[in-house]
Amino acid sequence: MSFELPQLPYAYDALEPMIDARTMEIHHTKHHAAYTSNLNNAIQGTELEGKTIEELLASISKLPVAVRNNGGGFFNHNLYWEIMSPGGAPQPEGDLQKAINSSFGSYDNFKEAFTKAALTRFGSGWAWLVKQGDSLVVSSTPNQDNPLMDVAEVKGSPILGIDVWEHAYYLKYQNRRPEYVDAFWKVINWDEVAKRFKG
Amino acid sequence: MAFELPALPYAKNALEPYISEKTIEFHYGKHHQAYVNNLNNLIPGTEFENADLETIVKKSEGGIFNNGAQVWNHTFYFFQFSASPATEPSGALKSAIDDSFGSFDTFKEAFTKAAATLFGSGWAWLVKDNTGKLNIVQTGNAGCPLREGLTPLMTCDVWEHAYYLDKQNLRPKYIEDFWKVLDWKVVEERF
Repeated sequence: MSFELPQLPYAYDALEPMIDARTMEIHHTKHHAAYTSNLNNAIQGTELEGKTIEELLASISKLPVAVRNNGGGFFNHNLYWEIMSPGGAPQPEGDLQKAINSSFGSYDNFKEAFTKAALTRFGSGWAWLVKQGDSLVVSSTPNQDNPLMDVAEVKGSPILGIDVWEHAYYLKYQNRRPEYVDAFWKVINWDEVAKRFKG
Repeated sequence: MAFELPALPYAKNALEPYISEKTIEFHYGKHHQAYVNNLNNLIPGTEFENADLETIVKKSEGGIFNNGAQVWNHTFYFFQFSASPATEPSGALKSAIDDSFGSFDTFKEAFTKAAATLFGSGWAWLVKDNTGKLNIVQTGNAGCPLREGLTPLMTCDVWEHAYYLDKQNLRPKYIEDFWKVLDWKVVEERF
């Protein structure tokens, strides 16, 4: 069994003008597709074949660097596409909202912390909202690492993530990462984030 | 003493079609400039306030290192290009490359591989060690071989901002074009 590049749950132009169709198409059909096929190539014919992506990530420190880079890239982009959508709720609701309030004090505090993590990640990487038991924390990871990896400084279950590799925003925003992060807030699919929070 | 963005030794469109004017405008005009500005904002009141750039690259950490090294790396990168480059090394540098790598073609292949396989943001370098031997090294993010006591001779920036407007995900195509504007005269002077 090999890993498959998922279809996006919406059209490439669905997140316009926040994220442009060309960026979405290259990001999905080139970058995500390459991580997927490189992951399959890295595990094909090894004892890793047949393991779930979560199993691979949990013991990533013992696995070849190609599995770390491409397995991370495969998982992270799967999450990224799903936690975005056109026309979602503007803010979290229900239990997720309560958990954000109790972990960060308020939604605004959380938004500020997550934005800061996304802006200050130097080089390529991701910023995350991570579930640890009943509470939530913000973290960031370099390159294609993520909080499910045993090498992550902050471990837990990622329920929201923003890709801050330049390929995620350069065609539309160039050096202006803050504008991309600002736009990202407008396309978050809070229903999907809430689903991941429930687990 | 504030650091300044050095003027480019060529016009912004001089490297067309290999590196576009638009890429130079952003890469030099925005990214390089931002590293200079950030560095100038970070050093007042620190031990690096009056330090030269090499000292900052070698000794600092955190934000001062990231921005200081990126200033150094980018100046080093931009100054090695020319619209009418010497496309191969000659003289003593050519001999050193032959001695260290077997041939210029073998070197070029190894350097291309180093630039293509650096995962994430970073740089590939041709360096000279203190015995005069040449080597190829990769550094992540702002990493700079000066910190390891090596003498950089030339470099390829493989942060996506160096090529994304022109080549998008096709980093190998960027590296192929990089060779066409790299001026070996400059590399020889550094050697």
